[in-house]
Amino acid sequence: MEQTSSSLQELILKGIPAAPGIAMGTAYLYSKHVPHIEMKTIAESDVEAEQQRVRTANARSEKELQKILAFAEQKLGSQSAKIFEAQIMILNDTILMGSIEKRIAKELKNAEYIVGDEINKYKRMMLASPDEYMHERARDVEDVMHRIVRNIQDQKLFSRLEGASIIVSESLLATDTVIFSRNQILGYAADLGGVTSHAAILSRSLRIPAVLGLRNVTKNVRTGDSVAIDGYAGTIAINPNAQTIEQLEKKAERLKAFEEQLTAFAPLVADTPDHKHIELSANIEVPEEVDYARAQGAAGIGLYRTEGTLLARQGDPSEEEQYEEYKKVAEATFPHPVIFRTFDIGGDKLAPGEYHEENPFLGWRGIRVSLDRPEMFLTQLRALLRASTKKNVRIMFPMIAKVSEVRRAKEFLKLAKNELKARGLHFDARIKIGVMIEVPSAAIMAEEIAAEVDFLSIGSNDLIQYLLAVDRDNAAVAPLYQQFNPAVLRTIKAVIDAGHRKNIWVGMCGEMGGDPIATILLVGMGIDELSVVPTVLPEIKKIIRTIKYKDAVRIADKVLTLHTEDEIREYLASVIKKQLPDIPLED
Amino acid sequence: MGLRNACATNVLKRVMIQQEVTIKNRAGLHTRPAATLVKTAARFQAEFFIEKDGMEINGKSIIGVMTLAAEQGSTMNLRFDGIDEEAACAAVADLFERGFDEQ
Repeated sequence: MEQTSSSLQELILKGIPAAPGIAMGTAYLYSKHVPHIEMKTIAESDVEAEQQRVRTANARSEKELQKILAFAEQKLGSQSAKIFEAQIMILNDTILMGSIEKRIAKELKNAEYIVGDEINKYKRMMLASPDEYMHERARDVEDVMHRIVRNIQDQKLFSRLEGASIIVSESLLATDTVIFSRNQILGYAADLGGVTSHAAILSRSLRIPAVLGLRNVTKNVRTGDSVAIDGYAGTIAINPNAQTIEQLEKKAERLKAFEEQLTAFAPLVADTPDHKHIELSANIEVPEEVDYARAQGAAGIGLYRTEGTLLARQGDPSEEEQYEEYKKVAEATFPHPVIFRTFDIGGDKLAPGEYHEENPFLGWRGIRVSLDRPEMFLTQLRALLRASTKKNVRIMFPMIAKVSEVRRAKEFLKLAKNELKARGLHFDARIKIGVMIEVPSAAIMAEEIAAEVDFLSIGSNDLIQYLLAVDRDNAAVAPLYQQFNPAVLRTIKAVIDAGHRKNIWVGMCGEMGGDPIATILLVGMGIDELSVVPTVLPEIKKIIRTIKYKDAVRIADKVLTLHTEDEIREYLASVIKKQLPDIPLED
Repeated sequence: MGLRNACATNVLKRVMIQQEVTIKNRAGLHTRPAATLVKTAARFQAEFFIEKDGMEINGKSIIGVMTLAAEQGSTMNLRFDGIDEEAACAAVADLFERGFDEQ
């Protein structure tokens, strides 16, 4: 594109589509307020006044934090809100505040200097720890310090923007989320963050288009710049030219019409025109997402990731804490089913700082950790069982590689049931259990595994990585991660057939299930259930309701005869263009 | 467990008592136990210091206790000094003994 040096050059950055929608407007570059601290010498007669400034600032800071705490509890859940409770405790630390006042009197220095210097001592000690948890606490401590200093300097908290803006920031700290509650925000873009970050979840629940993981958007945007974000494609256009604006406006119009048409789909069942039913459900990881998933037309929850509570805190969550969370989800989803996947994390997450693996993907993770940690596993199973009284709870085990692991997991479940019986507590005695098929050895033994359980759910992300020996986070080989690789498709087909031979249903909860191009193929291969991110639910439902099952079978049969990824993609794209011309596929 | 006996006056340093404790709960001294510890210590007049790995912090200060990064299995030395030091020591040592009522 030819541009003169004086004209504003358009720049398009690609990130992660975190919340759908298109927004155009003025950028507001939101950066954390880092107050400027000067060291000043004060007169002895000013000591009392200087100490009073600290006390006043402290009281004001606490008021601010109480407001943020209330907002966080309401929007993010009590677990996330705990950070602010800790910050409030620091404000109320009488020893800390006492030594600040003493130092002001003794060193005859200004309030903000002493506050900064005293609190920074602790921050430095926390940063010296090798533990990532302590580094996060250091950020909290710094946040508190900035808040007090800003209030000493009598500066108002940034809270209200002029007009509607698109917020651009490096990342979104939990404390910053308050800006979402007070302003008219058109869209949100950030350097860091992924689909599962709090910023993403919050954006989706507030219906704000968001693009995260842009890496360097803050370096390229200034407040007042014209920007356009596309929350479907995951792009931001800075100083968009007329052509880009026109394209996005058209796309927004098309998608708006499409979405209006889609909302009509939300209450409908996901049946093909020739009456093959597909259970269409949602992947979520916090209870607050259930409402959004239901509004998008999910029948139930096909994958609830339980490891959130484990990662959000140090130490294992108690049975009671887990039970409260699971019960909330089960009740919100009722009468539809919810599938809880037991903890699926690597050992490095359980013992940060001490435990390192050369190759975590082939290491101690998923069910391997649970089977080795009976107390943790039994606690979770008891919490899940207790949440099952309405009989809509299912349990799914991740990273199963062999039949004996399924049997051992079932023994633990039996043990958990007996413990609850002994305590006189109620649960669904015939709770349904399933296995994630994501390790190739489990795919090969799918029929034998199917004989042990009530359902199988294909975890396409890991299955593809393990089958093709490709780490998709490794840029050097990422292009080799191909969901339409014929070996992948044949494996999926074999797993579906194996499950059906044992009369159980087979679903998919990986990203592939949410790819519109893959939908027809999976339906044609006989998949019974698709669990996808809530944002794509209506689109997937429309595809299911448009294509006849018998046509899908024909298409899948043809695909399974093809030998390369390119041939398969080309064929599927042509089929979709012909059969579903109004699906807005990304080019 | 004779905790009260363990919290004995250290004869070398005239008026104060010391007690060595081990972190038993799996999560270590994270925010919740730290808050419990500080709140308990605040009920007593005695000064309370915690020494770990050569670093000493005031046990009545939440920011200080948070800084300790004390994980499960680590040991620390508690020092109490004041009129009710024995009672303070017994109450605080008991918290460690019970693993802060966590797992």
